[in-house]
Amino acid sequence: MPASSKTDLLLAKAKPISDVPFGSRGGSSLGSGAASSFSPRGTMQFMLLFSRQGKLRLQKWYVPLSDKEKKKITRELVQTVLARKPKMCSFLEWRDLKIVYKRYASLYFCCAIEDQDNELITLEIIHRYVELLDKYFGSVCELDIIFNFEKAYFILDEFLLGGEVQETSKKNVLKAIEQADLLQESQNEDWGGLSEDIL
Amino acid sequence: MPAVSKGDGMRGLAVFISDIRNCKSKEAEIKRINKELANIRSKFKGDKALDGYSKKKYVCKLLFIFLLGHDIDFGHMEAVNLLSSNKYTEKQIGYLFISVLVNSNSELIRLINNGIKNDLASRNPTFMCLALHCIANVGSREMAEAFAAEVPRVLVAGDTMDSVKQSAALCLLRLHKACPDLVPVGEWTARVVHLLNDQHMGVVTAAVSLITCLCKKNPDDFKTCVSLAVSRLSRIVSSASTDLQDYTYYFVPAPWLSVKLLRLLQCYPPPEEAAVKGRLVECLETVLNKAQEPPKSKKVQHSNAKNAILFEAIALIIHYDSEPNLLVRACNQLGQFLQHRETNLRYLALESMCALASSEFSHEAVKTHIDTVIGALKTERDVSVRQRAADLLYAMCDRSTAQQIVAEMLSYLETADYAIREEIVLKVAILAEKYAVDYSWYVDTILNLIRIAGDYVSEEVWYRVIQIVINRDDVQGYAAKTVFEALQAPACHENMVKVGGYILGEFGNLIAGDPRSSPLVQFGLLHSKFHLCSVATRALLLSTYIKFINLFPETKGTIQEVLRAGSQLRNADVELQQRAVEYLKLSSIASTDVLATVLEEMPPFPERESSILAKLKKKRGPGPGPEGDEGRRDGGAELNGGGEPPPSTASTPSPSADLLGFRGGAPAPPPAGSSLLVDVETPPNPPPPGGAPPDDAFLGAGPPPPDAPPLPEADELLNKFVCKNNGVLFENQLLQIGVKSEFRQNLGRMYLFYGNKTSVPFQSFVPTLAVQTRAVEPGVEGGAQVQQVLNIECLGEFRGAPLLGLRFRYGGAPQSLTLKLPVTLNKFFQASEMGAQDFFQRWKQLSMPQQEAQKIFKAAHPMDPEVTKAKLLGFGSALLEKVDPNPDNFVGAGIIQTKTLQVGCLLRLEPNAQAQMYRLTLRTSKESVSKHLCDLLAMQF
Repeated sequence: MPASSKTDLLLAKAKPISDVPFGSRGGSSLGSGAASSFSPRGTMQFMLLFSRQGKLRLQKWYVPLSDKEKKKITRELVQTVLARKPKMCSFLEWRDLKIVYKRYASLYFCCAIEDQDNELITLEIIHRYVELLDKYFGSVCELDIIFNFEKAYFILDEFLLGGEVQETSKKNVLKAIEQADLLQESQNEDWGGLSEDIL
Repeated sequence: MPAVSKGDGMRGLAVFISDIRNCKSKEAEIKRINKELANIRSKFKGDKALDGYSKKKYVCKLLFIFLLGHDIDFGHMEAVNLLSSNKYTEKQIGYLFISVLVNSNSELIRLINNGIKNDLASRNPTFMCLALHCIANVGSREMAEAFAAEVPRVLVAGDTMDSVKQSAALCLLRLHKACPDLVPVGEWTARVVHLLNDQHMGVVTAAVSLITCLCKKNPDDFKTCVSLAVSRLSRIVSSASTDLQDYTYYFVPAPWLSVKLLRLLQCYPPPEEAAVKGRLVECLETVLNKAQEPPKSKKVQHSNAKNAILFEAIALIIHYDSEPNLLVRACNQLGQFLQHRETNLRYLALESMCALASSEFSHEAVKTHIDTVIGALKTERDVSVRQRAADLLYAMCDRSTAQQIVAEMLSYLETADYAIREEIVLKVAILAEKYAVDYSWYVDTILNLIRIAGDYVSEEVWYRVIQIVINRDDVQGYAAKTVFEALQAPACHENMVKVGGYILGEFGNLIAGDPRSSPLVQFGLLHSKFHLCSVATRALLLSTYIKFINLFPETKGTIQEVLRAGSQLRNADVELQQRAVEYLKLSSIASTDVLATVLEEMPPFPERESSILAKLKKKRGPGPGPEGDEGRRDGGAELNGGGEPPPSTASTPSPSADLLGFRGGAPAPPPAGSSLLVDVETPPNPPPPGGAPPDDAFLGAGPPPPDAPPLPEADELLNKFVCKNNGVLFENQLLQIGVKSEFRQNLGRMYLFYGNKTSVPFQSFVPTLAVQTRAVEPGVEGGAQVQQVLNIECLGEFRGAPLLGLRFRYGGAPQSLTLKLPVTLNKFFQASEMGAQDFFQRWKQLSMPQQEAQKIFKAAHPMDPEVTKAKLLGFGSALLEKVDPNPDNFVGAGIIQTKTLQVGCLLRLEPNAQAQMYRLTLRTSKESVSKHLCDLLAMQF
């Protein structure tokens, strides 16, 4: 099985990553027109989760962008963030946005916010999301997010909507998700035999 | 297989994901995916109707494949079908697929909207939330059209569950951002404000975001939110760390909500009501106090949440910019963070201090940290942090610190990251020029820039040093000596050769007395670099050589030989060849007198300051720093002159050589009607009426553009043009200057006509604007007239009119005069018609004392209503009939159009014929605009 790990995201202490030399700042395209496609105001523009190997695990876009643009942004950002050394600050300027990122075990959580937005509270948005995942999955690890990506999306939607924080109470968010699971489990009872379910 | 804790409903999906993860190569993965796609396609197309569960599973697989980065072109219909399932998880997957993979297939959108509509109407809160999430995630115009009316109803309905309210608020926010025109303003808006009082913290958290967005568009409709936000904030800030239960985050009560409330308050000026203001100041003080308390937890989450609130509170303090005490406290707090062990805090402190540096109350307090900031520039390991330090140094720079800061930035440049070198170069160049007291320091600094980071020194920077040296004769000798020394370095940057070549060509004579820098030594030094240089530089050096022949006849032989060499005369580059041929001929045919005339010293450059600044702005976008707040300090009417470089020899075709080409004896091309718009900007900053020269503004740095203060009558002349666009601007016994102008929105075009009233030609006729303008023909024949066209763009609010300087020779006697160009803020005034009801509604909205300016004055002219009307129309305002109940009064309205902002203006003029007095009232959303327009207009009656 590839290197994506079963390390508990919350417990693992971030280890130093690769020795990739620190290259140019992502901001080489400062002032480029491309960024104008972002919406004029709003807290979060998008959130990306990717592994140390650069594999995208979750993407959530709060601004309308074409698939091509999304791929380009993802590629650029993953590269930029992976090239940063530990102990560097968690914020960087990129195009005309600010990137706030944090590494949990094997996963990077990376949010794009606007210039005037609050970096520290965004960092804690990331942490609260990790806590929510952790509570739901019970010591969440990267594999949980790979195999249950839809759950990761549902939890995110309860926590953030349209790029804004909707509900900060852990209890309330998980209540909403667990209610849904109850509904699902009761429905699954109708589906006794899952033998055909392999393909 | 991993242990999946919950909801492991889809084993097939898990198997598929495992398979993909076990693929050893990209090819294997693609193969597996194609196999799966074929399987799903056949299932979807098959005869057997799929049950909901299978549909859900396959749709989920498609979603997974899409998220891996592959294209998906089918399955949308099946996903839409899932929406109408009454099983929650099927519905949920259907919505997820649509949220991630919408396309604007109109047929599908109709079906999707139908599904959403049903769920919204279902009164089942979980279904309603799913539907609202989907609208918020997609946020397309089609969805806005379908639901912009429904969502507000859901939001304010009395029986809506809290969780639905939260989703509805943020859903509406997303729709408002996507299509503000579609979200109706209605009676629900008033009720939304009251959600700030809601019992449920989650509802408040969601609602604040919505209100913050809505109030930006209609601040007056939401004004009441200020006091509500303050009291909510005050309750949170003063609550004990456990009061808010699950809304307390690592011992910090409701950090997200606090930050959002502080942001909301930044949409408004400080509260007027004393009680509210007092309570808010108390809150801000509490936040600052808490920063000093020992932490309640060692966890970084605790300090992050606490400091997130602190930074937002500081942002609000900076936004208000009116509480010196709080500003200084904020600065001290940030000062502590500058040395914090957390890199994040150091970064944020540097960033936040940048804004404090431009407040007059805290500028000095920021300066006390200069050594720490310099230390950060030198020792921070993270380039993003060093960048912030460089920004802050730039922002805190003033006359007293300039030398130190520039020196530090220069030494930083030696090791700076490549990505930010150009920006540092620009900043150093700007600071050096802005704060140069001693121009030899300025020259040293720029030459150091070239030495250290020559590759990053753009044309704007080295053009600028040449312009300044040419315009200041006290520094020319020093410049010549310094470049001569710099050129002696074995490897010097090509930009140094350019500057050196140009300066020695103009001022080499000033150091030629020293045998160590005799003319031939200078020539030898320059020519030793010649072969290593690019064509453009070589062309420049050839011009230097011909100037040498004029300056130092003893070099003529040597230089002619160089020009005559085959490598020049038959150079493959046509520009070099032409120069060599022409210069050789010129030097052999022309008499010394002719040569001396042709190659006379360059005339001073017209002032065109901020081309470097413009470049920095282009690179960085407007930001804090010396130039960042010009809109606040003193806006500039920036004129985009039709720029043509100084006349160059007509026979030299290369545009690249124009700027530095020598002044030609050949006639310049006559000014044509069309003018090129060139990105040259100079917000002229003329002396205030009191006559004191502007001392601070960067924009006014260097010698004031035209050489003389404006004529005493310039203001009076200017006033004549406030209400009209055409006429005679100035006339004396020699000269008449006529003006014709037209303005539309924030743009204008002005024709200036210079008429010679005498029978003797004017020579060396140079009108200089504080902007770069198209050159006019340097002579004006007796009785003749020349024309100059200016294109004008108003970038921001401004007060002073641009200056027009004029120099010419009349019968050998130099003449000069300086006038104010008739460009006043009201030229960019666009009339708006409106009815009485509209007018009074707006009038009431602008009821804050600082928004109004009023003057009562004696009539200077006969009080004729028709003349008054004409003047008001000429001023740019619309005349509104039947608004004022008193028919003698005049009421007007319009919008000041600038590139950066628009200011709506309302005015009322009440004549009192008996007393021969007027009362004029102006209301606009900007204090300075109200006052300025009032001043301008009051002088017209």
